[in-house]
Amino acid sequence: MKSYICDVCGYVYDPEKGDPDNGIAPGTAFEDIPEDWCCPECGAPKDSFSEA
Amino acid sequence: MNTCFKAEKISENVFWVGAVDWHVRDFHGYKTQRGTTYNAFLIIDDKITLVDTVKKEFASEMLERVASVVPLEKIDYIISNHSEPDHSGSLPEAIAAIKPEKVFASSFGAKTLKPYYGIDAEVVPDGSSVSLGKGNITFVETRMLHWPDSMVSFYDRDGVLFSQDAFGMHLAGSKLWADEYPVDILDYEARKYFCNIINVQSGKVLALLESLPQLDLDIKIVAPDHGPLIRKDFDKVLALYHEVATQAPVPRAVVIYATMWHATEMLARAFADGVRSQGMEVKILDLAVCDRSEVMTEVANSGLVAFGAPTMNNNVFPAMMDVLTYVRGLKPLNKIGFAFGSCGWSGEGAKQISEQINLMKMEQPLPFLQVKYRPSDEEMKRAFDAGFQLAEQLCAKCAK
Repeated sequence: MKSYICDVCGYVYDPEKGDPDNGIAPGTAFEDIPEDWCCPECGAPKDSFSEA
Repeated sequence: MNTCFKAEKISENVFWVGAVDWHVRDFHGYKTQRGTTYNAFLIIDDKITLVDTVKKEFASEMLERVASVVPLEKIDYIISNHSEPDHSGSLPEAIAAIKPEKVFASSFGAKTLKPYYGIDAEVVPDGSSVSLGKGNITFVETRMLHWPDSMVSFYDRDGVLFSQDAFGMHLAGSKLWADEYPVDILDYEARKYFCNIINVQSGKVLALLESLPQLDLDIKIVAPDHGPLIRKDFDKVLALYHEVATQAPVPRAVVIYATMWHATEMLARAFADGVRSQGMEVKILDLAVCDRSEVMTEVANSGLVAFGAPTMNNNVFPAMMDVLTYVRGLKPLNKIGFAFGSCGWSGEGAKQISEQINLMKMEQPLPFLQVKYRPSDEEMKRAFDAGFQLAEQLCAKCAK
């Protein structure tokens, strides 16, 4: 599974860690995250991310 | 060039060349009742370097201070630690006057300076260093503290950490050093600055504080971009940052209200008296006279937060929604919340506040209290009892 980086603030989504604070379980691939998820650090939408 | 503004030496090879903004009272909605400073610094080394600039209208003050040390054209580098306009606003004027060899910024800093000013900055990666000749300057990114571009830089020759907005505060004065100001003013302004600017990234602050020793920097002076510089007791400032970023519950309450015909105010006072009768400290803030930055300062400083407002045209009174939006964005943690209000007929106000309290993930042990017109004796007692009960719950929570 690939990591993705937020183009707005540089936050890296690591699929192994997920984003449990926002309901994304560890082990969730970036592609499987719901479309309304946003960057936990700056609030940018999911489509602001690109492959790290 | 007029030379009434002079630079002030802060270490063997570094000068303060900033500006004092004595009269700013509204800093994009943050009430700066003591004014502020925009700190910029000049490093004299083989490569003469200007670290950050000042708000646009103070450009000539900064350039005069710089010119009191060295002719502007002798400057080689400019470092932009943070591209928010209070620190970058004078960059275009400075670049035009100095014609520097290079402007350094973080990767996100370069991305910001281009659309703001058309400046092409050279990117310095996190952890990289640039030699100035006798000393080196090392760059450490502090992303989202409080902008994506934020970084700090460290000049090893004199042990100066240019900490940008970190460890800063809005406080104007003619003295440069924190140890020249009353401790209680510094404590209040540092807390106010933290909770209004950095609170939302408290977790990142804690992680950064933990990693600071590993950077192995021999820090002698901390030079933020606002307010006084720190040369003594930096460990106490770190301890304060640790405390405010931890956001542990404190046994104190604040009641924030708006009122049209004093009914919501009556409930606010009754609630506060309930808290008080538990022996707990409580503050009351009327939004007619208290601004959102003052509100946030008290919210950060309280484990129990009550919000009350009237209903106006089927919605919560607008001043309350302004404050709730602001506080929610700053993500305060570990709070007990309570909603109340008076209405004439439809009464959506308290419910809408209660929904916002839920969105803020505050505990809300009691249902909202909505009354019509003036509160009855029984409703006043309910408000008093709510304060009494929630203060008791907060005491128990703090004792854990």
